[in-house]
Amino acid sequence: MAEFQLPKNSRMGEGKVWPKPEGATNTREYRIYRWSPDDGRNPRIDTYYVDADECGPMVLDALIYIKDKVDPTLTFRRSCREGICGSCAMNIDGTNTLACTKGADECSNEIVKIYPLPHMPVVKDLVPDLTRFYAQHRSIEPWLKTTTPEPEKEWLQSYEDRQKLDGLYECILCACCSTSCPSYWWNGDRYLGPAILLQAYRWLIDSRDEATGERLDNLEDPFRLYRCHTIMNCSQACPKGLNPAKAIAEIKKMMVERRV
Amino acid sequence: MSDMRTPLAKVRGLGSAKDGTTHFWRQRITAVANVFLISFFVILVIALQGADYASFTQALQNPVIATLLLLVILVGCLHMKLGMQVIIEDYIHSEGLKLLLVMGNIFFASIIALSSVVAVLKISFGG
Repeated sequence: MAEFQLPKNSRMGEGKVWPKPEGATNTREYRIYRWSPDDGRNPRIDTYYVDADECGPMVLDALIYIKDKVDPTLTFRRSCREGICGSCAMNIDGTNTLACTKGADECSNEIVKIYPLPHMPVVKDLVPDLTRFYAQHRSIEPWLKTTTPEPEKEWLQSYEDRQKLDGLYECILCACCSTSCPSYWWNGDRYLGPAILLQAYRWLIDSRDEATGERLDNLEDPFRLYRCHTIMNCSQACPKGLNPAKAIAEIKKMMVERRV
Repeated sequence: MSDMRTPLAKVRGLGSAKDGTTHFWRQRITAVANVFLISFFVILVIALQGADYASFTQALQNPVIATLLLLVILVGCLHMKLGMQVIIEDYIHSEGLKLLLVMGNIFFASIIALSSVVAVLKISFGG
């Protein structure tokens, strides 16, 4: 059955309230999910205060401030700090997004609440285990597949055909969309989820690819594709402004088109 | 130990069922048909409001009304069966129970559809 309550060992409690920075006049409160595999304790919510005058504007800046100046044990992924690597995807202020492109003052609440991406196994604190997500990406074979012998220079593509990849190639695989999808929460073991289906569509629509039918065969499954019920959380969550729901609808259209 | 399988082996699982589009397409067709059929049904109910049994049976003896009513039942029940199956597949994760419920869903929809069809035909043919 679908689970509507967290398992006992995943239920959160109140954690530590860390002291306010001394002499700060402009502080912002952060409540952050903490869990470590090493101490055998349940997850807890720690409260931190960040000196907004001493810290950059983004939520990632605040996390780095906390790690540097308050609590070095706070664990999170980050790399590019400009929304292109997808490492710092997490649930901020109730929405999955990238900490590096989310401004602290954009949050709807004065207190900024931060959790790891929902419904994924947690490695530590804000670090989710994305092993299955990456395996799902591998399963759609995200590379150009051709039978025709390779041309001497490159595979040609018309300007119009190249334009079809716009809105698809920009996906950075941060998993914000997939982990915001209730269908992916309930059936993530069999449903590929919006990010992977958007990637699948990126190869289906590529005019240079010669394996479209094979790719459609691989996706045609009540669970792999058809668990999408157009809930649209994916499109709402995408920090890159992409539309995975539309890509999935296009795949479904292709499925019908090849048999009607 | 199943946990020693690679992540890719787990994701690939039993492979693609190469099916699902029939279900999806039928659900869409029945949904579109239901826009018209359910509208007809609502209008029929409003038109027959307060009517006595004689005028009701007379209405159902009209072949157009009887045919449309049969379509309401058949298309409606098929749509109900398809929708319920999706809900079962979404939320029931124990394979045995899921199989039983999917089967029960087919039985339930079939019984409702056929008994309703028999009722309409009986009245329609003057039984």
